[in-house]
Amino acid sequence: MSNTQPLFEFKNLHVEVEGKKVVDGVSLSIRPGEIHAIMGPNGSGKSSLSNALMGHPSYKIISGEAHLAGKNILEMSPDERSRTGLFLAFQYPLAIPGVSVANFLRAALQAHRGKDADMSDFRKLLKNEMKALSMDPAFATRYVNEGFSGGEKKRFEVLQMTVLNPLMAIMDETDSGLDIDALKTVAEGINRYHNEKNGLLLVTHYQRLLNYIKPHYVHVMMTGNIVRSGGPELALQLEEKGYDWIANEVGVKAEV
Amino acid sequence: MADTVREQKRDLQKLNTDYEAKYGFRDPVNYFHKGARGLSHEVVEMISKLKGEPRWMADRRHEALDIFYAKPMPKWGNTKLLNEIDFANIYYFMKPIEHQGKSWDDVPDYIKNTFDRLGIPEAEKTFLGGVSAQYESEVVYHSMKDELRKQGIVFLDMDSGLREYEDIVKKYFGTIIPSTDNKFAALNTAVWSGGSFIYVPPGVDVKVPLQAYFRINAENMGQFERTLIIADKGARVHYIEGCTAPVYSTDSLHSAVVELIALDGAYIRYTTIQNWSRNIYNLVTKRAEAHAHATVEWVDGNLGSRLTMKYPCVQLVGEGARGEILSVAFAGVDQHQDAGAKVIHAAPNTSSRITSKSISKDNGRASYRGLVKVYKNATNAKVSVECDALLIGEDARSDTYPTMEIDNDQVRVEHEARVSKVAEEQLFYLTSRGLTEDEARLLIVNGFMEPFTKELPLEYAVELNRLIELEMEGSVG
Repeated sequence: MSNTQPLFEFKNLHVEVEGKKVVDGVSLSIRPGEIHAIMGPNGSGKSSLSNALMGHPSYKIISGEAHLAGKNILEMSPDERSRTGLFLAFQYPLAIPGVSVANFLRAALQAHRGKDADMSDFRKLLKNEMKALSMDPAFATRYVNEGFSGGEKKRFEVLQMTVLNPLMAIMDETDSGLDIDALKTVAEGINRYHNEKNGLLLVTHYQRLLNYIKPHYVHVMMTGNIVRSGGPELALQLEEKGYDWIANEVGVKAEV
Repeated sequence: MADTVREQKRDLQKLNTDYEAKYGFRDPVNYFHKGARGLSHEVVEMISKLKGEPRWMADRRHEALDIFYAKPMPKWGNTKLLNEIDFANIYYFMKPIEHQGKSWDDVPDYIKNTFDRLGIPEAEKTFLGGVSAQYESEVVYHSMKDELRKQGIVFLDMDSGLREYEDIVKKYFGTIIPSTDNKFAALNTAVWSGGSFIYVPPGVDVKVPLQAYFRINAENMGQFERTLIIADKGARVHYIEGCTAPVYSTDSLHSAVVELIALDGAYIRYTTIQNWSRNIYNLVTKRAEAHAHATVEWVDGNLGSRLTMKYPCVQLVGEGARGEILSVAFAGVDQHQDAGAKVIHAAPNTSSRITSKSISKDNGRASYRGLVKVYKNATNAKVSVECDALLIGEDARSDTYPTMEIDNDQVRVEHEARVSKVAEEQLFYLTSRGLTEDEARLLIVNGFMEPFTKELPLEYAVELNRLIELEMEGSVG
């Protein structure tokens, strides 16, 4: 694995929201087949980093670079980043009234495959992916995120990921708001997606998701930067000792 | 919806067209009877004579013309645009061919080609029970399936209706919308020509929709169709109308009057997909009367035109009657859609629901103008009004003018009004899944329209989504 070129790499990223710096020079390199976790307390900048990487217009990248499969994504619009293979599972997915889950996914997949591509396998694909996530078939006819429970929203984010099958998926707090059964189902979905060719970046506050998805690397983010990196044991240490432990060691305040 | 936005987009690109190419084409005006510009008692008499009408109808026309002259222009709605109408410049009657066709082979090629391009013969073959095709002032093609005729269903153009069913026409004509109702109802009564006459006998269910299509071809044309639909006790019928016109630089006028009568226990649904070119004034009066336990539904889609003023109405006159008005309006560049709904509760245990959805884009303006009136005797009336406006672009405008007059204490009223914009967060969510901004915006708009489109037969839903896509092209968001 170590000889492989990075799949997804960003260097010295600086991000501002409404003139306020939220990400302060973060760098990370993810090779194919790797799972990384970014952990951090609230306000550490990890969600801002996720949004900026996907191209959210409010998260301005001031400097730095980011490449996916060798392509500079910072010059791309969000839809181009998506079609290049980047995916972001949203922490707070938006409702799109009147647009059914099936039509939404079909439109998204068509966008990825190209407008003239054959879509005759879509129904079967959707049915299978929904079944794997223990979703009722009637779910496909519901309107996107309208009246969804917290668990349904997160499960739907994972469904979008497994249908689009991106090269690189960033999961922003996909574990939050889930009960233990839903957490297991979502984790199974993520594990099923993951293979030796794609990459996964789990962004989370808590360690518990990492009981079900084993990261190769864990990074701790505080005040807009990665302050420590290690193996899976780092997550367990954090669980035990809390963020203050690292904050004290590296000399920053955990909560901003 | 079976189709997705992208498939529709692909189909649309195949057509490689916009309104001008798809609907806005025109035929030469070599008609059987062209008439002259302008309005007078002589014109009214000429129309009546050409049609060989009974004297009582001619008298009604003359009386209505006097009412039209006497009534001032409405002092509400878009008075500026209304006052720009030049009544002296309009052709009030054009008869393209001498005899109506019973088969498409009877119709001159240029007219047949026009309706072919609009997809009418194809729709007739696949899912309609009967079709009426009006071109300028008269219905040039009319046909209904034999099995419907055998059930006693009458579906004719209004001129033939008057000839063949004079007693029924005389009994109901102008009873729901009298000439005195408004200036444009008076104008229509004076110069009406064409439109549909439908009678469904007691207990008969017309299982497939009947459709009329209205085509304006000539510049400065005035089209004044008159429609009367009577569903006798326990009968059921779904009627669909569509309309288009060529693109001209000067204005044409479309001013219809539509009267529906649903007798005890009857059901009428009236669906409109209006798609006028931007030089059309569309000033239409539509009203229904629902008797005991009858249901009337207006499903009203307003696209195109320069100015539309239209407020489909249901008068609930019998106990337990139900009225529903579901409308959408799309106001694009330089357009004003002043659309809405009226419900009159005049009997106990009546219920009504108004759902109005509007989209304003660029400098377009969509207004909802509504009236709900509950009379003293309408105990236990249920009223629900929901208005939803979506704005696209900084200059788009939406107004709501709801009026409620409730004269009974035992009434349940719900009223909701919302104005929203396409949110940046929604766009980001959709674009992050690979859709371009234009595709994302279109998906959001189609979703907004979904409560309306899902009520349409599939073919019309697909067509409506295509029309919306045409309107959305080049959106500035």
